[in-house]
Amino acid sequence: MTEAATYAPIYPELVLAIGAMALLMFGAFTRETDDNAQLGGWLAIVILAVAAGMILAQPAETVTVFNGAFIVDPFGRFMKLLMLAGSAFAILMSHGYFKRHRALKFELPVLILLGTVGMSMMISAGDFIALYLGVELHSLVSYVLAAIRRDDVRASEAGLKYFVLGALSSGMLLYGASLIYGFTGTTSLAGIAAAIPPGGVPSLGIIIGLVFLLAGMAFKVAAVPFHMWSPDVYEGSPTPITAFFAAAGKVAAVALLTRVVIAGFPNAVAQWQQIIVFAAIGSMLLGAFAAIGQTNLKRLMAYSSIGHVGFMLVGLAAANADGVAGILIYMAIYLAMTLGVFAVILAMRREEGMVEDIYELAGLAQTDLKMAAVLGVLLFSLAGVPPLAGFFAKWYVLAPAVKAGLGWLAIIGVLASVVSAFYYLRIIKIMFFDDPKPAFEKSDAALVFVMGASVIFTLVFVIWPGPSILDAANAAAVTLKF
Amino acid sequence: MALTAVFFYLFATLAVASAAMVIVAKNPVHAVLFLILVFFNAAGLFVLLNAEFLAMLLVIVYVGAVAVLFLFVVMMLDVDFAELRAGFIKNAPIGVIVGGVVLAELIALFVARGAGPVTTAVKGSPVPSGVSNTEALGLIIYTKYVFFFQAAGLILLVAMIGAIVLTLQHRKAVRRQSIPVQVARTPANAMAVVKVAPGETGMPAEPKGQG
Amino acid sequence: MIYTAIVFLPLLGALVAGLFGRLIGDRPSELVTTAFLLIAAVLSWVVFVDVALGHNTARVPLMRWVTSGELDTAWALKIDTLTAVMLVVVTTVSSLVHLYSIGYMHEDDSRPRFFAYLSLFTFAMLMLVTSDNLLQMFFGWEGVGLASYLLIGFWYKKPSANAAAIKAFVVNRVGDFGFALGIFGLFYVFKTINLDALFAAAPSAVGKTMNFVGYDIDILTLLCLLLFMGAMGKSAQFLLHTWLPDAMEGPTPVSALIHAATMVTAGVFMVARLSPLFELAPTALQFVTFIGAITAFFAATVGLVQNDIKRVIAYSTCSQLGYMFVACGVGAYGVAIFHLFTHAFFKALLFLGAGSVIHAMHHEQDMRNMGGLAPKIRFTWIMMLIGTLALTGVGIPHLVGFAGFHSKDGIIEAAFAAHTAHNYAFWLLVIAAFMTSFYSWRLIFLTFHGPTRADHHAFDHAHESPPVMLVPLAVLAVGAVLAGAVFTEFFIGHHYKEFWGPALFEAPDNHVMHAMHEVPEWVRWAPFVAMLSGLGLAYLFYIVSPTLPARTAAAFRPLYLFFLNKWYFDELYDFLFVRPASAIGRALWKGVDGAVIDGTIDGTANTVGWATTKVVKLQTGYVFHYAFAMLIGIALVITYFMMKGGI
Repeated sequence: MTEAATYAPIYPELVLAIGAMALLMFGAFTRETDDNAQLGGWLAIVILAVAAGMILAQPAETVTVFNGAFIVDPFGRFMKLLMLAGSAFAILMSHGYFKRHRALKFELPVLILLGTVGMSMMISAGDFIALYLGVELHSLVSYVLAAIRRDDVRASEAGLKYFVLGALSSGMLLYGASLIYGFTGTTSLAGIAAAIPPGGVPSLGIIIGLVFLLAGMAFKVAAVPFHMWSPDVYEGSPTPITAFFAAAGKVAAVALLTRVVIAGFPNAVAQWQQIIVFAAIGSMLLGAFAAIGQTNLKRLMAYSSIGHVGFMLVGLAAANADGVAGILIYMAIYLAMTLGVFAVILAMRREEGMVEDIYELAGLAQTDLKMAAVLGVLLFSLAGVPPLAGFFAKWYVLAPAVKAGLGWLAIIGVLASVVSAFYYLRIIKIMFFDDPKPAFEKSDAALVFVMGASVIFTLVFVIWPGPSILDAANAAAVTLKF
Repeated sequence: MALTAVFFYLFATLAVASAAMVIVAKNPVHAVLFLILVFFNAAGLFVLLNAEFLAMLLVIVYVGAVAVLFLFVVMMLDVDFAELRAGFIKNAPIGVIVGGVVLAELIALFVARGAGPVTTAVKGSPVPSGVSNTEALGLIIYTKYVFFFQAAGLILLVAMIGAIVLTLQHRKAVRRQSIPVQVARTPANAMAVVKVAPGETGMPAEPKGQG
Repeated sequence: MIYTAIVFLPLLGALVAGLFGRLIGDRPSELVTTAFLLIAAVLSWVVFVDVALGHNTARVPLMRWVTSGELDTAWALKIDTLTAVMLVVVTTVSSLVHLYSIGYMHEDDSRPRFFAYLSLFTFAMLMLVTSDNLLQMFFGWEGVGLASYLLIGFWYKKPSANAAAIKAFVVNRVGDFGFALGIFGLFYVFKTINLDALFAAAPSAVGKTMNFVGYDIDILTLLCLLLFMGAMGKSAQFLLHTWLPDAMEGPTPVSALIHAATMVTAGVFMVARLSPLFELAPTALQFVTFIGAITAFFAATVGLVQNDIKRVIAYSTCSQLGYMFVACGVGAYGVAIFHLFTHAFFKALLFLGAGSVIHAMHHEQDMRNMGGLAPKIRFTWIMMLIGTLALTGVGIPHLVGFAGFHSKDGIIEAAFAAHTAHNYAFWLLVIAAFMTSFYSWRLIFLTFHGPTRADHHAFDHAHESPPVMLVPLAVLAVGAVLAGAVFTEFFIGHHYKEFWGPALFEAPDNHVMHAMHEVPEWVRWAPFVAMLSGLGLAYLFYIVSPTLPARTAAAFRPLYLFFLNKWYFDELYDFLFVRPASAIGRALWKGVDGAVIDGTIDGTANTVGWATTKVVKLQTGYVFHYAFAMLIGIALVITYFMMKGGI
C-alpha cells in the first residue's frame, strides 16, 4: 500500500506504458484488418485520455520519485496535458490518411503511446540519465514513425536523415552531460544547481558541457543552427506524423529545455542566456525569411514552427517566472493553431491524391469557404494579429523579455513577426483572390472536428479559455525554482 | 600502478587510432574490422576500471553479435563507397578545421583548468567493497536504477517494434513458414505413391503440398 | 445567477440562430431568440423590483479577464438601480422588437441571420450596461457598434444600406477614438479602470493638471471631454450626428431597437454612470449642456421639413437625446435617465408604428405619398396617436400626463433651475418642444388624415398588420401612457435619492434636483404652451389649409432649403473631410504609395527576397551539410565562451 502510494506520481506514465504493451498484444493477436488497426487507434486515444485524467487528478504540488529522477510538478503537468492532447489529435487525424494510403498499421498507435511515455519522461526529467532515456525513447519512436510508409521514398529519406542527425545530437547531449558530470560529480539537476556557487562564474568545463547539452536539446526543439533536419523531415514524413512532431514533440522538447536550464543552472543564467538569445534570434529570423521561399505547405509549417520556437526562447531568455509562464501559454496556443493547420493540410485531398503546394489552395474561398475561413483565421493567428490567440502568445513572451532588459530582442521578434506575416498573408491572398482550382474532396469528420476546435479556440481565446490558461500557466511557472 | 597506466595509454591510443581507421578505411569490411578492434580496446579499458562484467558484455554483445551483423550487412549490400568518399573528401578540410578547433579548445580546457576537486571525488567513487563487480551492478540496477532500467527496456521494445514495422512485409508472392501446417502434415497429404511404368520419368504432373 | 441569465440568454440565442440557423430552420430560430429575450425581459423586471425598489445592489464576478502589469480587469456584472433601469429598457424593447420582427421580416429569406444579429446586439448592450469597468464597457460599446453596422447593412445588396452602414461605423469611430483616449488617460492617471476604484480616486485629482498636446489642462476636464466625445458619437450629438438619419436604411425594427430605444442612449448612460467623474469637472458639464441644447434645437429644425416618415422620427430621436444630455449637463442625471426610460417606450412605439404603416403601404416611406390612412389601419393609427401624445408631452401641469410629459417637462424645468447663461438651454429646449409638437403632428396629419395622395392601387391594398406586430405596439403603448405617471415619484420625485442609491452621484453643491421643483409657475406652463401651439400650427397647415406649407416654404425658401438639407452638414463634411481625405488618399496612393512606399517596400521586399534565397540555399538536403551546420554552431559558441572565459 505504502509502496504503491510512493509511485502514485508515475501512475499516468504506467498507464501509458502498460496500455501500449496491451495494445501491442491486441494488435499481434487479432487479424490484421483496417478495422482492427483503427480500433487500436481509438483505444490508444482512450488510454491517452485516461492518462490525462489522472494527471488532472494529481494534486497541485511538487513530488519527486526515484531519487529525484522523475519530477511531477504543476509545470510538468501543464506540459504533459498539452503533449497528450497533441498525441491524441495526431492519432485522431491519422486514420483517414493511412487508410487512404493503405498503410494502416496497429503499430502506429502503439509507437505513439511509447513515444508519449518518452516525452513524459523528458518533461519530468530531473536527472541526466532520465533525460537521455526519455529523449532516446521519443527519438527512436520518431525515426520509425517518420519512415513508417516504406513505399514512400521521401518518407524513408526523412526517417534516415532524422536518424543520422538525431544520433549526432544525442552524442552531443551525452558528451555535454558527461562533461557536466565530470565537473560537478552528479547527474541530478538539483545536485548540479547546488554544485554551482551562486553569484560566481561557473567553471569553464561546466559551461562547455552546458553548450553541448544545449546543442542536443536545441536539436530536439529545432532551434537554429540545429534546425536543419526539421524542414526535410516535416516535408517527408506522413502528414499526421508531421503533426505529431510539430505538436507533441515540440511541447516535450521545449519543456525539457526549460526545466534543464531553469532548474539545473539557476546560477549560470548569464551563460545560458547568451546561448538562448543567440538561438532565439537565429530561429526567429530564419523562420521568417526561409519560409518565404517555400511553396510546400508542410515545409512552410516547419519554418514557421522554427520561428515560433524562437519566440518561445525569447520567453526563456527572460529567465523569470513571467517568461516561463509565457512559454506555457505560447505552447498551448501554438499547439492549437498547429493542429488546426495540419488538419487543413490533411483535408487538401483530390481524387488523384494529397496535395501540399500552397498554390493548390487557389480560390479555396470559392470552392470551400468554410475551410478557407478556418485556414485564414489560423494563419492570421500564426501571424500574431490581435485579438486572435496568436497575438497573446507573442505578447506574453515578449513582454517579460522587455521587462528583463531584453527590449532589443523583443524588437527583433516584432520585426521577424512582420516579415513572417508576409507569407501567411500570401496564402490568404491565394485562397481568397486567385482563380479557383478544382474543389477538394469532402473532409473526414475527425478533421472537421479538429479544424473547428482549433479555430474556435483561436477566435475566442481572449474570452475563454485564455484567462484560465493564463492562471494555470502563472501558477505552473512559479513551481520551477528561480 | 605504472603498469595500469601503460595499458591505459595503450588501449586508449589503439581505440582512438582504430576509430579513425573506421572512417578512413577504403574497404568497408576493413572498417568493420577496425570497429571490432575499437570494441576490444574499450573492453580493455573497462577491465582496467575493474568493470570486468561490462568488458565481457562489450565483447560478447557488440563484437559477437552487433559487429558480426554489421559485417554481413556490409558484405551483402552493394554500396558505392567511392561516390560517398568523393563528398567526404570535398568537405574534409572544413570538417578538419571545425573538428580541430573544437579539439584544441577541449584540450586547452583540460590542460589549463585540469580536473577540479569534485572530479577527483567522482573518480574515486563507489566500487563497493566485498562484492564482485557483477553483483554490485545487480544490487543497484533493480533498486536504485529500476526506473532507468525499465525505461531502457522500453527503448529496446521500441527498437524491436520499429525494426519489424519497417521491414516485415506480407506479400502474397512470398512463401512463408507456417509451423502449424508443417506440424499437421501427414503422409496422406504429403506423399503420393506413384506407380512408375518402365520408361517413364516418374514425376507427377503437378507438385502437391508445401513446406 | 439571475443576472448572468439575463446577460447571456441573448448571447445563447444569437449563437443558436447564428450558427445553427440554417440547420434548425427559420421559424425555430425566431422562436428561440424571441423566447430567450422574453425570459430575459421578465427576469429584468424581477431584478428591477428587487434592485431599484428593494435596494439590493450586487456585483457578480464572472471571471478574470485581462491581467497585464498594473492592469487587472475582472469581468463582472455591476448591478445597481441605474443598471436595473437599463436592463428593463433594453430587454423589454428588445423582446418586443424580436416579436414584432417575426411579422415584419416574414418575407425575408435570411431571418436566422437577422435574429442572430438582433440577439447579439442585445447581448452587447447588456454587457455595456452591466459593465463593472471601462474595458468591459468598451467591449459592449464596440459590440453594439458592430451589431449596429451589421444590422444597418442587413440588406447588403442595397448600395445605400452599405454606404449607411459604413458611414455609421466611421462616424462612430471618431467618437470611439475619444472614448478610448479617455480610458487610456484614466488608466494613466489613476492606474485602474475599475469603476468603483476610479470613483474613489477621482476626488484626489481635482484641480490637478496634465500636459496634453503641449498644454497644461485640468485632468478631469480633459478626460471627461474625451469620454463625452465617445458619447457624442454613439448618441448622434451635434457634429457627429450625421450617421443616425442614414442608419434608417436598416430594417425598421432595427431602427426602433437600436437607433431609438437603446444603443443611441448608451452615451447618456455612460455620462450618468460616470457621474462621479463628470460632477468633478464643471467645465465638461457645461460643454455637455451646450451640445445637448444645440442638438435638441438643431435636430428639431431639420425634422420640421423631412418627408421620409422614418427620418422625421430619426431627427426626433436625435433631438430627444439632446434633451437627455442637457439634463446630464445640468447635473440632473435622474431626470436624464427618466427621459431615457420613457423615451424608449414611446419612440420604439413610434418606430414600430411607422414600420406598421410602411408594411401596410408596401415599403412606401414618403409621407407625401400617404394620407387618409386612418380608417384603413385604425389600430396602427391609434398607436401612433398615443406615441405622438407621449412624445409631445401632453399632460396637465401639476396633474398627470403621458410619459413624455413627465420626463421632458422635468428636463426643461431642470434646465431653467440650472440657470445657464441667459437661460439659453431652457429657451432652446422650449423652442425645440414647440417644433417637436409641430413635426410630430405633421407626421400624423400627413400620414393618416386628409385626402390620400397614395396611388390608389397601393391605397386599396393597404392592410392592417398581423397580430404578432400589433401586440408589441399595444404593450409599448401601455408604457407610453403610464411610464411617466407611475415612475415620476421614484425617478425624479422628492425621494429620488433613495431610489437611485449610490448609482448616481451629485456634487455637494448640486441642488438642481430640488431646485427644479421650485421653478416659477410660468416655467411649468411654457412647454405646455409650446406643445399646444405646435399642435395648432400643424392643424392649421395640414388640415385647415393644406396649401399653406408650400407657400410658406416658397416665402422662406433659403431657410426651408437650409433645413431640408440638414443644415448642409453632409455637404460640409463632404467638403471638409471626405474629399480632402480622398484627395490625400489619392495623392498618397499615387505619390507616396507609388513612389516612396512601393519603392521602400519593393526595396525591402527585394532584400527579404535576397535573404530568403540565401537562407533557402543553405538547406541543401545533404545530411553532412546539416551535421556541419550543427558542428559549426557548437564550435562558434564554445570558442565564444573560451575567449570570454580567458583560458
